[in-house]
Amino acid sequence: MFYREAGDFKTSYTEDNQTFPIKFDRYRYYAVLVFAFAVVPFVINDYWVNAVFLPFLIYAIAAIGLNILVGYCGQVSLGTGGFMAVGAYAVYKLMTAFPDVSMFIHVILAGVITAGVGVLFGLPSLRIKGFYLAVATLAAQFFLVWLFNRVPWFYNYSASGQISSPERTVLGVPITGAETAPWAAYLFCLVFVTLSALVARNLTRGMAGRKWMAIRDMDIAAEIIGVNPLKAKLTAFAVSSFFVGISGALFFSVYLGAVEVGEAFGINKSFLVLFMVIIGGLGSIFGSFAGAAFLVLLPVLLKNALVGGMGWPTDLAAHLEFIIVGGLIIIFLIAEPHGLAQLWRVTKEKLRLWPFPH
Amino acid sequence: MKLKLAALALGAVMAAGPAMADLVFPSLSYRTGPYAPGGIPFADGYADYFTLLNERDGGIGGEKIQMPECETAYNTEKGVECYESTKGSGALVYQPLSTGITYQLIPKVAADGIPMLTSGLGRTSAKNGAVFPWVFNFPANYWDGASIAIKHMLDLNGGDISDKKIALVYHNSAYGKEPIRTLEELATKHGYELTLLPVDHPGQEQKSQWLQIRREKPDYVIMYGWGVMNQVAIQEAANIRFPMENFIGIWWSGSENDVVPVGEGAHGYKAVAFHNVGDDYPLYDDLKAYVFDKGLAAGAGDQHGSVVYNRGVYAAMLVAEAAKAAQEIHGTAAITPVMMRDGMENLEMTEEKMTALGLPKFGPEFKVSCENHGGNGYGAIAQWDATAGEWSLITDYFQSDQEVLAPLVEEDSAAYAAENGIEPGC
Repeated sequence: MFYREAGDFKTSYTEDNQTFPIKFDRYRYYAVLVFAFAVVPFVINDYWVNAVFLPFLIYAIAAIGLNILVGYCGQVSLGTGGFMAVGAYAVYKLMTAFPDVSMFIHVILAGVITAGVGVLFGLPSLRIKGFYLAVATLAAQFFLVWLFNRVPWFYNYSASGQISSPERTVLGVPITGAETAPWAAYLFCLVFVTLSALVARNLTRGMAGRKWMAIRDMDIAAEIIGVNPLKAKLTAFAVSSFFVGISGALFFSVYLGAVEVGEAFGINKSFLVLFMVIIGGLGSIFGSFAGAAFLVLLPVLLKNALVGGMGWPTDLAAHLEFIIVGGLIIIFLIAEPHGLAQLWRVTKEKLRLWPFPH
Repeated sequence: MKLKLAALALGAVMAAGPAMADLVFPSLSYRTGPYAPGGIPFADGYADYFTLLNERDGGIGGEKIQMPECETAYNTEKGVECYESTKGSGALVYQPLSTGITYQLIPKVAADGIPMLTSGLGRTSAKNGAVFPWVFNFPANYWDGASIAIKHMLDLNGGDISDKKIALVYHNSAYGKEPIRTLEELATKHGYELTLLPVDHPGQEQKSQWLQIRREKPDYVIMYGWGVMNQVAIQEAANIRFPMENFIGIWWSGSENDVVPVGEGAHGYKAVAFHNVGDDYPLYDDLKAYVFDKGLAAGAGDQHGSVVYNRGVYAAMLVAEAAKAAQEIHGTAAITPVMMRDGMENLEMTEEKMTALGLPKFGPEFKVSCENHGGNGYGAIAQWDATAGEWSLITDYFQSDQEVLAPLVEEDSAAYAAENGIEPGC
């Protein structure tokens, strides 16, 4: 009944190849966009922005970035936390060095810098694969965190080694700092999420994405049919790090406002983003959103339900939260090893035939 | 999916909002994670004191106290979530008990107009109230602690430590890095040699640091640790037979939880303190009668009288006194966060006041003013007696080296003011 192609005629290749070829799906997508851009900013408050939307949006960008590397190109990376730190410190150095430039440009530049660092640490991927590559990127994670802790230039010689974001604006509206209006921070991140998702989606179904997937599925075969592994792997590292860098920059400047590299960008962050990608679904942009939503929103929801709703002690709720989230991860992965994105695909297939499955 | 989750979360938040009429003192606690050994007793003490006020006095000035608790796990992201979820409930003052969360909240509390108290933690230069009108860190701060430890060494060595080597073992975070500047300044003044040994979060792995201590044989070790890091460090020190009386922790590294696991080996370990220890106070009789015996104690109720529990009680008492001061100034019992700030800025703790509250000789005397949000920097040295199983203060309260610290506070707060475009003024 839903998601049916029947009666939905395509008369050009462009129409046939669009991201949402089914009319129902397309309208749903537009509705979500309109709601996110035109309704949410008017009703949002501090709590919703800082506890729900900002972490969700920012982690979604990081998950999209990592998904390109792990899901599309098949290169396992545990360096996400370190690359997010590069983005954060890059934007910090930029925003303190050039206070008058728009934050928008700073965040993009931070992404570019992270892309460069990502390529550097992607070089070993040409020689090593699988788990061994994971170990090499793990080295990047630890090295980068150590570097930002060790070299005072990165944190402008502040006494505590913390970086904190001063007030910066886009078109005269403050985006960072304590005076930021909730809608401004939300919209700023939403624009980045939308752009990231669009760019990532279109990269992955174009030539670059096909090369990545060829490398993922069998690198020797890919090489034989003419895919240059050097270029494919390094572009994947560059694009992935670009998005991860943007998310790190937003994470520091817009969301938290002050970070400490070891605590905010430690190995836990790398695992968290990797879990988002795996639970959401490898090789799926929607999966990145679903994974981020699952791991960011579920704990907040559980906390509110257990402590706020039922009045349980906070420590009990915190421990239960681990158990429930962990249990759900196992259940989801047993029920559907390809992640939430695959569940969504199956649901769509079912809805298409519903209510006459035969 | 996200919308559904969001809608459910909204419902839960709505249901959780407390009534606006009471005095709200949110507790951003951490009862889970590697820092829980310090977080649990503090949260228990903080809660129990407010429960006592509710049970015995019917609140503060006739207004009941509410204390919504929110678990941060010492994690800054959760800390932000907790702050945002509780600030709308009319929160009067925040005490996050985490330097990382404090750094994040400093600009936020200034924008939202809610005072924050960070006794013995947080950003030291917040002592300068002209730059940080909403942040208080009385009665002592990190730099006071470092200076007090050095002064204690000076006392032991007849005023000359120029030939000594001192090592700082610190939590590699904003918290642990705070005293470095001070110790470096003091090193130029007193001529000792300083070695820095960072320990990464959470601090369970310290073999290499203590190997270095064994090799370099410093005369004294100062520790800025928290959570499990403390126990590990004291155990490692005992393993290499480092003389415990030359090992001095900051107040966050000086509780029962840190020394008991090491057993006899920890005997003689010292820590800086800004309040007294033990449960031999009239206040504890009240706590027993109105809270413990009624079964209203927070948590598992096994922390009573421990060092950090006392600190929680002390923290709650300071803000309760500030709330009383605010009620007096503004002539109303239902105070707002802005009035609360005035109360904190005009807080004066005297020995008579402390005795009246049932805590004689518990903390130093101090008076807060607009220029000085940090008290006078008095502290004492506590020592652990492993056979008796108790801490005791072995010195009187003495003042930190204000000659060195005052310019540092001035310099750092001026840098913050310049960075954030704040016009300092009282």
